[in-house]
Amino acid sequence: MRPRSIPLAAGGAAVALLLTSCAASSGGDVTPSEPAATGSTSAAPGAGGTGDECTLSDPVKVGAALSLTGAAGSYGASQQKGLQTALDTVTARGGITYDLKVEDDQTDPKQGISIFEQFLNRDKVSVILGPTLSNAAKTTDPIAQEAKVPVLGVSNTAAGITEIGDYVFRDSLPETAVIPQTIQKAKESLGLKKVVVMYSNDDAFTESGYQAFEAALKDNNVEIIKTLTFSKADTDFRALLTEAKDAAPDALVVSGLIEAAIPLVTQARQVGITAPIIGGNGFNSPKLMADAGQAAEGVVVGAAWNSASASPENSAFLEAFKAKNGSDPDQFAAQAYTGLILVDDAVRAKCSAAPADVRDGLAGLSDIKTPLGSFSFDEQREPQHPAVVQVVKDGAFTVLQ
Amino acid sequence: MQQVANGIFSGSIYALFAIGFALVFGVLDRLNLAHSAVFAAAAFVGIDLVGSVGVPVWLALPLVLIFGALLGLVIERLAFRPLKNRHDAHFAGLISSIAVGAMILALVQARYGPGTRRFPVGTFPSTAFTVGGVRITLLQLVILGVSVALMLGLAYVVERTRLGRGMRAVAENPHAARVLGINVDRVTATTFAISSALGAVAGVLLSFYVNSAQLSMGFNIELKGLAVIVVGGMASLRGAMVGGIALGLAEVFAVAYIGSSWRDAVAFGLLFAVLLIRPQGLFGNPRAREV
Repeated sequence: MRPRSIPLAAGGAAVALLLTSCAASSGGDVTPSEPAATGSTSAAPGAGGTGDECTLSDPVKVGAALSLTGAAGSYGASQQKGLQTALDTVTARGGITYDLKVEDDQTDPKQGISIFEQFLNRDKVSVILGPTLSNAAKTTDPIAQEAKVPVLGVSNTAAGITEIGDYVFRDSLPETAVIPQTIQKAKESLGLKKVVVMYSNDDAFTESGYQAFEAALKDNNVEIIKTLTFSKADTDFRALLTEAKDAAPDALVVSGLIEAAIPLVTQARQVGITAPIIGGNGFNSPKLMADAGQAAEGVVVGAAWNSASASPENSAFLEAFKAKNGSDPDQFAAQAYTGLILVDDAVRAKCSAAPADVRDGLAGLSDIKTPLGSFSFDEQREPQHPAVVQVVKDGAFTVLQ
Repeated sequence: MQQVANGIFSGSIYALFAIGFALVFGVLDRLNLAHSAVFAAAAFVGIDLVGSVGVPVWLALPLVLIFGALLGLVIERLAFRPLKNRHDAHFAGLISSIAVGAMILALVQARYGPGTRRFPVGTFPSTAFTVGGVRITLLQLVILGVSVALMLGLAYVVERTRLGRGMRAVAENPHAARVLGINVDRVTATTFAISSALGAVAGVLLSFYVNSAQLSMGFNIELKGLAVIVVGGMASLRGAMVGGIALGLAEVFAVAYIGSSWRDAVAFGLLFAVLLIRPQGLFGNPRAREV
């Protein structure tokens, strides 16, 4: 079988070519170097008042390192729209203007490092939002920590992000916070006693999702009758689903990415599984209903953001986002939007754009009304707000009752 | 029993893919590594026809078949014909077909983007039957029916028609065939067209079956297709059919009894075992031609 290595090598070479050709397209708005507006005292020139009365004469510089291209490109694009929408909202509050610089890390942690260095050394930003992916955050956030400039992750959900240091925050609920609430609520609502758990065991995120599910199921005294593993590249799940069906579970608990979730859910209904399917964070995408259609009915997913929430903050966000972008936001947009809102509240708290003051302002935030609900940071700078447990009904996510 | 049915259905798609591989190899002694690109391209085109153009599903299959046949002619013209008189034509064709395959995939990516594509919801009715405790969907029956019909049709063409006689003559000895007045170039082009048409239909059927099409879907099945024709006995069409079903069953049982992560290990382990025990393959001629 010698020829077998040839298509792979050729494919690899083609990929490498594509990557290098993309790498030339980075860059962004190059601003002339200005004197650092980041003194350590709270009273920057032209500052006055606090909170809603706060006015700053110089714009507050905010850097956002997002994955606008590459594997996570669709997430980053959504985040960028969320930030642009938030920029309008915070500007309308008056008194403070923002200079938002968005840079593309191309879903590459190495690129993220140079963006962070550019934000810190050249642009002298007051706070950095992002990066999009957790594994990038693990390499970039220590740079900001060392420079004592706060970072606010708006989509990082892996464990150990805020442990990097006291300048690292995130507003994205980790899966470990969402899953226990999902299982507890699903047990109450659906009366779960025994379940089959399926997860892709060749991906760090779905594996940690599986561990969270396993612990939550144990805490809630739900029996795991069978654990089945698959590969994240699999598309044919019929053999596994037949196994699952034979065990006659009350529900199927699945930790997988959306690319696997869609065929899995579709095929589960085809092999005749009627039990509810409880999914991890990977299932939390409108693509599930768009592509799996009728089969997605009854899928239960925990989420950090309730798109159907009727709170004034969420309604205003939905309306502003749709008016600006012509489409409905997803959770990535909502969390990015919330990120800039939180930054604005933090700047106003001390009426200062100095990084240390912004950090203290963020750390002190509590019960802020945001589209994600009433938001606070705990002592570990982790987000505190209620998760929502959703169920797919008539082709849309609705709150599980 | 349910798992046996699952294995037969996915195996019939492997068989259909592999038979196109085996046809070109058997008749022309060439390994066409652009076959997997045809497979993936056809899946995307099929989805586009149904999803964007609004062609009904039953019409999409013959259209994709024609698309595959045209692509086969292109592959033959670009990758194989210019090199056919070289003394190392086997290897040169292998390499140039990889290049043409990469070009096809690049065009597909330019047209449809790098993401996963799916058929619109409700393309296929979700009717299912239960026979003796085995649940079978209409879709699975259609897949099996189309695969078997195409394979039988191919067997008829090869064994009973004038074209088939031409193919067999070329397979035996292209120079002698030419002397006997057979238009070798036309037989060669037709063989590529039929081969790619079968590969294209297999691509659409698989994208039906798993409700998704990715650019990389061809690479995975290319290895499986090679395994199937090796197990079946390189040039044997019957071997490719049986080998395809056997691989489908092996995978399903690997998943059911060992674990999904072991699927490919078991399938290729089986290939290795067959090669050790029967180097000429299940249906191969012990006097295998020199490759």
